Amino acid sequence: MTAYTATVTVRLKRGVLDPEAETTQRALERLGFELDDLRSADRFEIDLDAASAEAAAERADEMAERLLANPTVHDYEVEVADR
Amino acid sequence: MTVAVIQFGGSNCDRDSVRALSHLDIDAERVWYEDGLPADATGVMLPGGFSYGDYLRAGVMAARTPIVEAVREVAAEGVPVLGVCNGAQIGCEAGLTPGAFTINESARFQCERVHVRVENAETPWTRAYDEGDVLALPIAHGEGRFEASDGTYDRLVEEDRVLLRYCDAQGQVTDAANPNGSRGNVAGVLGDRETVAVMMPHPERATLPDLDGTDGAGLLRGFEAATAEAEA
Repeated sequence: MTAYTATVTVRLKRGVLDPEAETTQRALERLGFELDDLRSADRFEIDLDAASAEAAAERADEMAERLLANPTVHDYEVEVADR
Repeated sequence: MTVAVIQFGGSNCDRDSVRALSHLDIDAERVWYEDGLPADATGVMLPGGFSYGDYLRAGVMAARTPIVEAVREVAAEGVPVLGVCNGAQIGCEAGLTPGAFTINESARFQCERVHVRVENAETPWTRAYDEGDVLALPIAHGEGRFEASDGTYDRLVEEDRVLLRYCDAQGQVTDAANPNGSRGNVAGVLGDRETVAVMMPHPERATLPDLDGTDGAGLLRGFEAATAEAEA
């Protein structure tokens, strides 16, 4: 078994309204920053042991499917690194 | 019949729900989620509140508990299930009903009285009304914006599974009358079976005559109607 960190990034699908991001963008603009757009995402860093990087990614993928992301509104991606 | 009103950590409408159902002579009891679904439950209500502090997404933690798995099983057998507010979020997260309830367009918590139009009066939940009836009901949510993919939304409309839409006092479904940016002004939907429904407005807060209005009572009477139809 090898120690890995799987990083799951969950973000809203393109086109799904993100009121929190819009509010954050407006707050940055009130502070005087210039920006065109802002998107927010949730990032989960999961430490786990697995037989291979592929196995670690597969487990993290299942975690995203079953809990971390909601397929109605979210896309997600998984990255695996040695720990 | 006994309706099990499931209380999770952070639920806060469980007592109100039991009281409103009892007022309608519908036997109801609170069930702590760890105690499991009573075998004799003839209905299930998922009440409002902030289960698990709305961590991750509103309703998702409760949706992954064993008792909700049991609710999915009895729902598939025809036991009536009603999710209200946080219970609606739990219902969607559990796959009992399609779509998702997510952050209001305003990004604010909204506590106000709204109007909804009955879109389908041929369900147990809406049998007390006529199609097009306008109900005054309270909402109190930060994550009530109904979202669904194009395909899911079209299928809901095609299958007449939109139960309630936000409207103005005259029953017009307009953007101005949409409190949270819900797709198609959807305030409540049906699951695969018409005995399963979720809605963001609170019928249990519009049932007791000593509160302001009783327009929600008919929705709660869905438990009676669904049970009567199952026995017929």
